[in-house]
Amino acid sequence: MLSRTADHLFWMSRYTERAENTARLLDVNYQTSLLPQSSHEAQAGWEGLLRISELMPAYIEKYGEEITPRNVLDFMVRDERNPSSIFSCLRAARENARAVRGTLTTEFWETQNQTWLELSRMLKGAAFERDPSPFFEWVKFRSHLSRGVAIGTMLRDEAFHFYRMGTFLERADNTARLLDVKYHAAYEDHTSDAAAMEEDFDFYQWSAILRSVSGFEVYRKVYRDVITPLKVAELMVLRADMPRSMAACVNEVVDRLNIVSNDHSGETQRRAGKLKAELQFARIDEILASGLHAYLTQFLDRINELGKRISDDFLVPAKG
Amino acid sequence: MNLHKFDEMHASPTEVRAHYQNYARWLAEQPPEVMADRREEAEVIFRRVGITFAVYGDKDEDASGNERLIPFDLIPRIIPTDEWRSMKAGLIQRVTALNRFLDDIYHGQEIIRAGHIPEDQILKNAQFRPEMMGVDLAQGVYSHISGVDMVRAPNAEGVGEYYVLEDNLRVPSGVSYMLEDRKMMMRLFPELFGENRVAPVAHYPDLLLETLRAVAPAAAGEPTVVVLTPGMHNSAYFEHAFLAQQMGIELVEGQDLFVKDQFVFMRTTRGPQRVDVIYRRVDDDFLDPNVFRPNSTLGCAGLMDAYRAGNVNICNAVGTGVADDKSIYPYVPKMIEFYLGEKPILNNVPTYMGRKADDLKYILDNLKDLVVKEVHGAGGYGMLVGPASTKAEIEDFRKAILAKPDGYIGQPTLSLSTCPTYVEKGIAPRHIDLRPFVLSGTEVQMVPGGLTRVALKEGSLVVNSSQGGGTKDTWIMEGR
Repeated sequence: MLSRTADHLFWMSRYTERAENTARLLDVNYQTSLLPQSSHEAQAGWEGLLRISELMPAYIEKYGEEITPRNVLDFMVRDERNPSSIFSCLRAARENARAVRGTLTTEFWETQNQTWLELSRMLKGAAFERDPSPFFEWVKFRSHLSRGVAIGTMLRDEAFHFYRMGTFLERADNTARLLDVKYHAAYEDHTSDAAAMEEDFDFYQWSAILRSVSGFEVYRKVYRDVITPLKVAELMVLRADMPRSMAACVNEVVDRLNIVSNDHSGETQRRAGKLKAELQFARIDEILASGLHAYLTQFLDRINELGKRISDDFLVPAKG
Repeated sequence: MNLHKFDEMHASPTEVRAHYQNYARWLAEQPPEVMADRREEAEVIFRRVGITFAVYGDKDEDASGNERLIPFDLIPRIIPTDEWRSMKAGLIQRVTALNRFLDDIYHGQEIIRAGHIPEDQILKNAQFRPEMMGVDLAQGVYSHISGVDMVRAPNAEGVGEYYVLEDNLRVPSGVSYMLEDRKMMMRLFPELFGENRVAPVAHYPDLLLETLRAVAPAAAGEPTVVVLTPGMHNSAYFEHAFLAQQMGIELVEGQDLFVKDQFVFMRTTRGPQRVDVIYRRVDDDFLDPNVFRPNSTLGCAGLMDAYRAGNVNICNAVGTGVADDKSIYPYVPKMIEFYLGEKPILNNVPTYMGRKADDLKYILDNLKDLVVKEVHGAGGYGMLVGPASTKAEIEDFRKAILAKPDGYIGQPTLSLSTCPTYVEKGIAPRHIDLRPFVLSGTEVQMVPGGLTRVALKEGSLVVNSSQGGGTKDTWIMEGR
């Protein structure tokens, strides 16, 4: 297939996935903010969101140092000039879809187009101001629908594999960021607090992160145990049967990559395979012992590099 | 000036023409609120499906960028079998002659030597491409897809006659609306298609693909055909994407193509792939920066080289514009006689040419009654509709014509036929035209129908979508 077409499909799915993950994040934080908590804790939560998305400088430039829930929501949901806002992501997803509409099935294209057409209506009016949760639900479900329509109607050809590759590369990145920021929030803030407080707090922090990846019930099913940071991290990093875990995402990327491979993609496949193997044979206590943050940072670098290599090998090949 | 009016549905205010009677009876039975619902439904569907055209620099109301819906009217334009049969024969005849003409002027130029058309009118025409001289094209076809604009106007007796208004031989648009309008009508009013024998048009993409494959370079075994689009911001982008999808072929942009050793390739995820036929929706000027506009990125450097070497075919051919230029239009009946030895079946509109002294005088003396067009104009731009213009507009045009008489033609203002159409106030007559799409490959063929465009503004004769025109489904009734 055309490299440019593959590129549009890859980015269409990344942007859709990114919008979904941003909605998940914001929703969980919004729900958490409704629990009793100190203003310091609330502040830390919203700050974490900006950090996770690498948006702090842009936010400060627009709103100054003060971080308010209202401004963070506005900035991350409907700011047309913030390229990471849900609005911008859905717009970019639709623009990419439109560029390749002939490659998409009719149902798929209409789903993407309909999402875009409904978006402004969803964001308008008092409903969003009063309670943003239904909007976040809507974004998640439009993303589920888009994925479902793709899986249910697309031919299993290259177009489909590049589309899926984009989804999982983006999701691997998002899951790692999510875990990183929450891990920080939990441990930075509470080293000086009473141990008894810490357990309570941990429960809400870690169950929030589980819910943000639809993993709360999954956790109970898998571990049949109380929520502990170690097991949450294991579920999200290493459990290949957990659909939003880093391991599951990398496995999918590797599988797709092997299907679409071409004459010069060998090194990219090797590196992706190596990452997959490392996740497969890693142990969570070892990762935690050498520092989760360092591990996640390195993972994000490798995912980023993998994205670049895929782009060079398939999506924007050199001239001639 | 002719003051007769001709309505497609009504012979008189009380009398419905025979081929419309079934429909008119059905329409009379429809409650207005049901029709209003259907109109709304159609709009919702068109928007959801994204059947839009892009307007450069415009933003529409719900921020979906620069895309506009073309208004779709629920009342079909119906053409009886016998009228279509003769129109079709006329179109095939006309397009055949035009292709012969193009082949001739890029080879022997016999029509010039026979003295039928002045040499400088062809060779000095801005649309003439010397680069095409002596290039042999598969099947001798230049205009593979022709969009011939037909209008109907009453003659002195008030009888409606068809006239060819323009031969669009470069990159005619609109066939996607013809197909989508039909789909919409069948979706909204399935019962109508049970009661009326409307000839189907949905096989157009099949015929188009067949036509494109038929003109592949001889050496190409299983030819790779692509559609070349200027991209998403082009007004007809929906159509480009639609046709590529319907034919199951790649929609490429200039950046996806490159030329190596006089062959054209597209960049794919598995490396370069040969391209044999390009259905281009990019104008000549932008096709190859090495030959035409050097700063254009819409085409592909080296394309003309590959084309002239016979390694790729381009549809429509480069340089077809010289035959659909408004200054060449008056000569088409002569071409038909010259190349085919036949009498033209379709009428031309009488045309006065600014380049001829007598004609120029007539044009200048009658500006308020004439339609005056720039010979290279398109899309409803660069024209004066005398009876609908102010004195000042007429005087401005007079100056423009005097400055460059060769650049203009004048035609009597035809009273284009009308068809009942939904407008704000209800149903009212509005002027229409018709663009059938004629395909030339191994043979010349077409689907029964075309795109009917309608001028939604009361009294307006300008049907172009860029000027606020709408579309209607076109029904060719099947003969018994």
